[in-house]
Amino acid sequence: MKTKVYIYRSFERFWHWMQALCIFFLAATGFEIHGSFTFFGYQNAVKYHNVAAYTFIVLIVFAIFWHFTTGEWRQYLPTTKNLRAQINFYLIGIFQNAPHPTKKTVLSKLNPLQKLTYLGLKILVIPTMVISGLLYMFYRYPQKGTIEGLNIGSIEVIALFHTAAAFLLVAFIIVHLYLMTTGSTITSNLKAMITGYEELEDAHGDHDNKKLKNDKKEVEA
Amino acid sequence: MKKIVIPLVLIALVIISAISFLTSKNTEETKLTALKEQFDKKNVQHVDHSKFTELQKKFTSPQQVTEACIGCHNGRAQEIMQSNHWNWESAEYVKGRGIVYLGKRNAINNFCIGTEGNEMSCAKCHVGYGMSNSKTFNYKDESNIDCLVCHDNSETYAKAQEKGGAPDPSLDLANIAQHVGKPKRSNCGVCHFFGGGGNNVKHGDLEKSMFEPAKSVDVHMGTDGMNMQCVDCHKTENHMISGKMYSLSSMNRNRALCEDCHTESPHDDAILNKHTLKVACQTCHIPIYAKVNATKLAWDWSTAGKLKNGEPFEVDDAEGNHTYLSIKGNFTWGKNLKPDYVWFNGTAGHYLLGDQVADTTKPLVLNPLYGSYNDVDSKIIPVKIHRARQPFDPVNKILIQPKLYAEKKGEGALWKDFNWETASEVGMKDVNLPFSGKISFIRTEMYWPINHMVSSKENTVKCNECHTRNNSRLAGLNDFYMPARDYSPFIETAGKLVLLLSFLLVLIHGGFRFFSSHKMKKKG
Repeated sequence: MKTKVYIYRSFERFWHWMQALCIFFLAATGFEIHGSFTFFGYQNAVKYHNVAAYTFIVLIVFAIFWHFTTGEWRQYLPTTKNLRAQINFYLIGIFQNAPHPTKKTVLSKLNPLQKLTYLGLKILVIPTMVISGLLYMFYRYPQKGTIEGLNIGSIEVIALFHTAAAFLLVAFIIVHLYLMTTGSTITSNLKAMITGYEELEDAHGDHDNKKLKNDKKEVEA
Repeated sequence: MKKIVIPLVLIALVIISAISFLTSKNTEETKLTALKEQFDKKNVQHVDHSKFTELQKKFTSPQQVTEACIGCHNGRAQEIMQSNHWNWESAEYVKGRGIVYLGKRNAINNFCIGTEGNEMSCAKCHVGYGMSNSKTFNYKDESNIDCLVCHDNSETYAKAQEKGGAPDPSLDLANIAQHVGKPKRSNCGVCHFFGGGGNNVKHGDLEKSMFEPAKSVDVHMGTDGMNMQCVDCHKTENHMISGKMYSLSSMNRNRALCEDCHTESPHDDAILNKHTLKVACQTCHIPIYAKVNATKLAWDWSTAGKLKNGEPFEVDDAEGNHTYLSIKGNFTWGKNLKPDYVWFNGTAGHYLLGDQVADTTKPLVLNPLYGSYNDVDSKIIPVKIHRARQPFDPVNKILIQPKLYAEKKGEGALWKDFNWETASEVGMKDVNLPFSGKISFIRTEMYWPINHMVSSKENTVKCNECHTRNNSRLAGLNDFYMPARDYSPFIETAGKLVLLLSFLLVLIHGGFRFFSSHKMKKKG
């Protein structure tokens, strides 16, 4: 039985779409800085990229705070349960109209593959981006009369890490945009991320939702 | 509670963006205005030299003028006598060879090669009279100082051709002496614009259009702008003029730098200011040189000496530049040129007369400019590279300094007798070096830093003229990573492959889904 469940709360949705905007804009300006194409003009691209980067960092700080205060960070704890079934679903089941092997609930919104991917993004790709990005902005060439240890002789390594991670992020977006359509209907995931509500095949969803709210109240108390 | 989180975050984001825009300083204009005020003050003559009785007489020799000058300006002659303009040499520390005495007296270049033995012609640009031989010239005789060539403000003073620095005999010396003052562009330019035997032969950024340049030619000296004079930047104390050229100098000292006025962080944009650590001002602010008249880019001595009906001849291009002279060989000229770029830390090496050249397969650089990305003193500077093929003794493996000028035929001078063998023999004897009798021509290069013809702010080099994959202005400097120009081929290929695979995966997977759902609908 399907029930309409409030699955993505307002901050989560806001964070998701702001993040999407930031990443798209950073990719566009970033690859111009990388020399891949010309659109904004080099000087503008650099300027915009820096402003977007700061915006993104502020967003990340809020998101981290949100994840920990709400306990939502647990969503990304990796698990091997259902992993094989999930892989099989994407390779075979999906073409036979088989049901999703992992049930989406408010407490467990992500399937095991998503958990792994998002965890990888959160602890590898995004930190690589942010750290190499900050170093890119604030590195100092060796100069006379300064503390040697604070100097960076060449930005090459920084730039290469930043570029490699950028390629991975763009690849993620391509696949992410596609997998968005693999919900119970083609647009159900998109709608959910916009409205917050999704029809989930779990009668207890509403109950879970309440439970989570109670948990949250406890935390706040 | 929940309702205020999103507005809070939004406000935070707006503040961040606002801060990044509002904190962008706006001091560039203020700083420039202050500088403009400083240099806008008209130079007022403190005294009227025409009122001095010492100068109201008939001068029969230029030395008499000098004595009149020294009569009041005592001590100044001593200052001149310590200057490079007078001594034609200075003590320079050259990396790898210690202290050497280097200057126009003994330097070798790839234009007219060297002055020794050719002084009667070359010393037209010596601040003295009667330098027929730089070895025997009396550097202690202050009456031979040519005060007027630098201080004439009547714009009538001129030195005679091939008279060892003596003035044109037809001049009204009294009138000139009564109209002296602070040197103007015309005083400096009369020598520095014509070095190498013609307009703009040597520098590329110093030539006769700079006597009265438009602002579009040089933003500082433009007569329709600040109308600055050479000595406004080449600050001078006690006749010691700041700034020098690395064709004759080796050390990082006494330079006239843009930063002296503009500071090292003149821009509002922090990223541009960061560039100044590694990039000299000139690199961005002089996008092109030789803006008005062509400069000499290559000189091939090997073709010199051809005669038509026994007479020397010349060939000119459409703009009137000599492309061939019997006395000098073939030339290549260029106008509106993009500079070449090198790392430079303010020190240079020099080929000195008698140095043996081991490898003649690649061009011999007569004045290598030192520097590299990893050197904290180095910046990228624009240069003009002057290429030549010049005479070389393949047996002794040394460059030849030929005798070029003589008053008459038969003295061995190339410009009179057109014979390389005798010119080399006499020339090498003048500098006390052996000559084997064999002559070949080797390729040489000289590096001329470009410092003038500064363009206006709007016409500076744009970011993507360097930061670009193709035809980067800095394509030749490969000892560092530059965003947009450089990339790791591995990461680039792997990254593109990952993107392509992701895309294909999506297409294939999506295609299968489309067809399978179609089939199932049919079935269902």
